[in-house]
Amino acid sequence: MATDFDVIVIGAGPGGYVTAIRAAQLGLKTAIVEREALGGVCLNWGCIPTKALLKSGEVYENLGHLADYGIQIGTRAFDFAKVIERSRKVAAQLAAGVAFLMKKHKIEVIEGTARLEKGAPAPKVTVALKAGGSRSLQAKSVILATGARARTIPAAGLEPDGERIWTYREAMVPKACPKSLIVVGSGAIGIEFASFYRALGADVTVIEALDRIVPVEDEEVSAAARKAFEKRGLKFRVGANVKNLSRTATGVSVAIESAGKAETLEAEVAIVAVGIVGNVENLGLEALGVKVDRTHVVTDAHAAANVPGLYAIGDVAGPPWLAHKASHEGVHCIEHIAGLKSSGLNAPIPGCTYATPQIASVGLTEAQAKEKGMAVKVGRFPFRVNGKAIAAGETEGFVKTVFDAATGALVGAHMIGAEVTEMVQGFALAITMEATEAELQATVYPHPTLSEAMHESALDAFGRVLHL
Amino acid sequence: MTIDILMPALSPTMEEGALAKWRVKVGDAVRSGDIIAEIETDKAVMEVEAVDEGTIEAILVPEGTEGVKVNSTIAQLSGGVATSPAPAQAVAPVATPTPLTATAAAPAATASPAASSPRPAPRGPRIFASPLARRLAEQKGVDLAGLKGSGPHGRIVRADIDAATHGLRAPAAAAPSAAVAPRQAASLQQMGIPAGTYDLVPLDGMRKAIARRMTDSFRDVPHFPLNIDLEIDRLLEARSRINMSLKNEGVRVSVNDLVIKAAALALKRVPEANASYTPEGLAMHHHADVAMAVAVEGGLITPIIRQAELKGLAQISAEAKDLAERARTRKLQPDEFQGGTFTISNLGMFGIRSFASIINEPQGAILSVGAGEKRPVVRGDQLAVATVMTVTMTCDHRVVDGATGARWLQAFKGLIEDPVTMIL
Repeated sequence: MATDFDVIVIGAGPGGYVTAIRAAQLGLKTAIVEREALGGVCLNWGCIPTKALLKSGEVYENLGHLADYGIQIGTRAFDFAKVIERSRKVAAQLAAGVAFLMKKHKIEVIEGTARLEKGAPAPKVTVALKAGGSRSLQAKSVILATGARARTIPAAGLEPDGERIWTYREAMVPKACPKSLIVVGSGAIGIEFASFYRALGADVTVIEALDRIVPVEDEEVSAAARKAFEKRGLKFRVGANVKNLSRTATGVSVAIESAGKAETLEAEVAIVAVGIVGNVENLGLEALGVKVDRTHVVTDAHAAANVPGLYAIGDVAGPPWLAHKASHEGVHCIEHIAGLKSSGLNAPIPGCTYATPQIASVGLTEAQAKEKGMAVKVGRFPFRVNGKAIAAGETEGFVKTVFDAATGALVGAHMIGAEVTEMVQGFALAITMEATEAELQATVYPHPTLSEAMHESALDAFGRVLHL
Repeated sequence: MTIDILMPALSPTMEEGALAKWRVKVGDAVRSGDIIAEIETDKAVMEVEAVDEGTIEAILVPEGTEGVKVNSTIAQLSGGVATSPAPAQAVAPVATPTPLTATAAAPAATASPAASSPRPAPRGPRIFASPLARRLAEQKGVDLAGLKGSGPHGRIVRADIDAATHGLRAPAAAAPSAAVAPRQAASLQQMGIPAGTYDLVPLDGMRKAIARRMTDSFRDVPHFPLNIDLEIDRLLEARSRINMSLKNEGVRVSVNDLVIKAAALALKRVPEANASYTPEGLAMHHHADVAMAVAVEGGLITPIIRQAELKGLAQISAEAKDLAERARTRKLQPDEFQGGTFTISNLGMFGIRSFASIINEPQGAILSVGAGEKRPVVRGDQLAVATVMTVTMTCDHRVVDGATGARWLQAFKGLIEDPVTMIL
């Protein structure tokens, strides 16, 4: 049967568009369907615009203690509308970049909403075009990269109303900076917004259902993060369940319960950041018999769904919900489709939280390693004795490394502090290349840099720390 | 014009071998067909013939070098006649594909068991392996040179070591998380035998292959022995009559030849015993390719009499003699000892009454033949004397169950005790 394309990618987020580029590089005739904006949530409503906001917050916060650096200025102030405008411009610039890349690689961009129907050798894709009308397309392979959206819990009032109750989307473009804010959820999204609004002076309380904040991180990192954020005036309620979130005349009211004790918190605005759900609806998946576990398409080691010719990558295929995980899966998937022997989907996925201080990690936490029955060797090194950190006046945080005691393999690294999101990739490379302590210890780290703490941590795990 | 002479692959599974001896030196003129070198694998020494004509310009791999990768350049010829470089397969005799048999276990580039000691200087070509793979190989005594890497550009990664130590040939799937480390052998020193009280004989390719294959088989194959006594007076009588009648043709049939013939026929009658277990299914072999264990200096080797069920005694006898002779001088071709569907090991000549051999993977069973000796037997209620031979069949329970093994032994017993039935 004649096909229109070798591959159709549905969704042009960081998973979808990277997959399309790789497909084009491999000589496949490729189309990408996008219902909203090239770049997806990541570029338009997630990773990138929040980094722009956080930079504004960080600059503003630093202005608050310029005297520490021997600098004096008059009073500091911000123009909230301009802060938001800058963030939107950054997003727009990158989305235009994606359009350029699609054109450069001769990838056909189809603007509209896709739906799958029975087809061979892959499901048929029917696109309701934005411009009106529809197109029916048959490809050899179809890759779902439809992403995810904020999870809402209407029963507890955890549902955006667009005014006082926000998800990440509304929180990115408010008309004014709220005076007080309640953030439900202390994962990366919740903490980043909490950090941003706190930097601009809002009174922020973060509610976490589990017993510690940033609960996916190593326990020591959670504890240090809480201390660092509280120093900046953030408030936390951990082990707290939200019973109800409702609007009041002036803002929102959140009824929580923690350890049997009820409490009501009030604020101008609330942000719901209680996880995300995959975009699996209205795609025709049920009729095709595609296996979906809750809101995620079930896939195999090469991202294939249970229907011939159909694949799913990124957020819609399950956690971790990270842009780089989506791209990685997409590249692996398309290389597999093209018959290349890809190096596999087992590379560790680093995670970053861009609060102040930053949090970054890769691989297993100490607790996870022990759960696997591993005897571990753990190294720690604090930035407070690192020369560069002291010179920069950014001495919060530490680098923690976890090694398998039996083999010396680095199995995890956990960092909190300035610029750690730029350093974690060193450890990601080490784990991916199956480095042991010997390589991490024998590598030369430039002086003076924050990265010396990575070296010291690897030395410390084996009782060889130099500067402590 | 310089022509590269490449390390030949002596079998489809060979990845490297030792360059045992150069038969030429720099400056020698060679012609197509001249023997230029000897290559040693774990089980055989092979002669390498020149394909092109010319003068040996350079010898790049000195003799005695172990772990030479297939298709690496071992010497250069300045060609009088310009032909393309000899493809490796054309240089060496090509063996039949036998993917389940021993791969060439060439000597290791790294051999130090002490994890903390500095790694020995690599010999031979560079082996690409991740740091973790190298360390695990050291810890578990895995020979990196014998592994095929599943990582980028064939790099050996953790999953390959895990697969090797689990006796699997699985490609790089998700690495098993908590791999059970095999027993770590303590040093002799730790076991109370001080250095200097013994001589250390280095492990050659054959010893390593025996150690690895026997350990893998004994550990991973669920095996059990079945034994049975056979009265062989009629067999001995038949043998002397056969030898008498074939005297003028120079044929002398041994008991072992008759055992091979009977085993092959029994495998034909009970085909379930002529099978191999594989994860994909039970491989039911079409022919009885009977391997016989031959002790050679420094180890043993199991040359094969192919399709033995179709061959006459005289032919089996002649082949067995020739194979054993060439095994002892290590002149067997790889396809003469790789493969086989059933093995016979005979220690009768040493007076061993009965023993149970370790299965020669992937075969389903192995037969251990003891000495034929006069023993008291009970006939009716009377004590009598008969020549009795005890044989033991070790079975891989994944493919040959107890009843299957027993049926095979019954068939075998019938043939041995009434040799006339072998003619049927």
